[in-house]
Amino acid sequence: MATETVTHEHDEDLLKPDWSGGGEPFKASYGKLMMWYFLLSDAFTFAGFLIAYGSLRFSMPTWPVPDHVFQTHPFSFFPDSWQELPLIFVTIMSFLLIVSSVTMVRAVQEGHRENKSGVAFWMLMTIFGGLGFLGCQAWEWTNLIKTEGMTITKNPFSNHSEAGTYLSGDELLAAGFTAHEVTGDDDHSHAGDHGDGHHHHGMTTYYLAPGVTDDIAKNRFWVKEDHHGHVLAGESFDENQPYLITKHSGNPNYQFGAYKTADGNTITKEQFGPKAFGALFFFITGFHGFHVFSGVVFLLIIMINVMSGIYVKRRNGYEMVEKIGLYWHFVDLVWVFVFLVFYLL
Amino acid sequence: MSTLSYQDAKKAVMKGFWLLFIVTLIEVFFSLMGKGHIPGINSVPTWLLWATAIIIIALSLYKAYFIVYEFMHMKYEVKMMAKTVLLPTLLLVWAIIAFFWEGDAWKDRRARIDGDTAKDRIEISGSGQQIGFNDVKIIE
Repeated sequence: MATETVTHEHDEDLLKPDWSGGGEPFKASYGKLMMWYFLLSDAFTFAGFLIAYGSLRFSMPTWPVPDHVFQTHPFSFFPDSWQELPLIFVTIMSFLLIVSSVTMVRAVQEGHRENKSGVAFWMLMTIFGGLGFLGCQAWEWTNLIKTEGMTITKNPFSNHSEAGTYLSGDELLAAGFTAHEVTGDDDHSHAGDHGDGHHHHGMTTYYLAPGVTDDIAKNRFWVKEDHHGHVLAGESFDENQPYLITKHSGNPNYQFGAYKTADGNTITKEQFGPKAFGALFFFITGFHGFHVFSGVVFLLIIMINVMSGIYVKRRNGYEMVEKIGLYWHFVDLVWVFVFLVFYLL
Repeated sequence: MSTLSYQDAKKAVMKGFWLLFIVTLIEVFFSLMGKGHIPGINSVPTWLLWATAIIIIALSLYKAYFIVYEFMHMKYEVKMMAKTVLLPTLLLVWAIIAFFWEGDAWKDRRARIDGDTAKDRIEISGSGQQIGFNDVKIIE
């Protein structure tokens, strides 16, 4: 190749039929081209998921407000006034992916220079970024499932469809409600101290509407408490204001906060938010997280290959690193859109 | 591949990092502003909410363009190859319009069903008031 002149090479290209073999259509190697087409098909898969999310969101009268759902963070050393920081934690997750994309570009650049140790170093940095992202996602999921009680089929986040005021236990009793205690059967973690009959904050007390004898979870009214266990009775809210149906004190039940509507005529309680939200969130961010995880595994394998020197012999500018780079950037690209529809809008 | 020198290419990567970093910060700022979290901007009119949404979507599309063209080197590929990958995604434009339209129609139907059959909110005869299945009327 090197001994031939440029014009000669060009003439040969023109004379040779495209599909006679030996040439590269689009001047891209087979592996790189097929990686692009795989990513195109994967983009359609993600687009299908995100469009399903969008259509369901458009079809619901209310939808969980993202800055309310995603306002927790694991930084316990922050001052009390920063306990709820909307979108901040997930922004940090985005930065981790951006940084790991940048380090991936550096790895590909070092590959073009055939700099083995440079490629390995920047791939390692990329792996750290990916692992950091996965760690953050693990914390986010744990918080949503364990602390806030979101599951695939239950969504405790919603918005009020009317203005109102949360009620205290005394107000409920005055309106003819009957008070009941969560029994040991419902409340395993409190089974030991159940005998004394005293419960702070009325945490394990719920109320049934006058005349209602069917003691099932969805008929129960609770005194509203926020995420941190503060009683919110007496506080007013507006239409569209977001709320979270909480679970506290080891009580496995969702506690539907009782409130009086603004016109003062009706006592009612919070309802679950759109059911589809939990399934959409866990499946879409989970599918993306699975891409990040498999990306980390492939990066690790290829980094080990790089260090073994196998790509030095191929003398193709570490093309394998370029291919995993395409995949890794795609994972970042998908996150741009997951971040957009789930968190920003 | 890139025609830049090694030093210039390294600088371009850092430029790309700061660009994505700052665009993301702007997105988060607009999102928080639309939701009324920026001190001093408490009540946001509906038109501004839509405006922030459009700005955020435009910035996300810009980020996507930058990642594909710079980080994934699409800029340096053969034009026809880029077209075979990018043009099929235009099908999604219609998919988005069609499905969101349908979703909006579902909402209308949902509202009509709720209004007609009133499965969980029943009207008290004569009072003109509606109370829910789990609602309790306060007797003065």
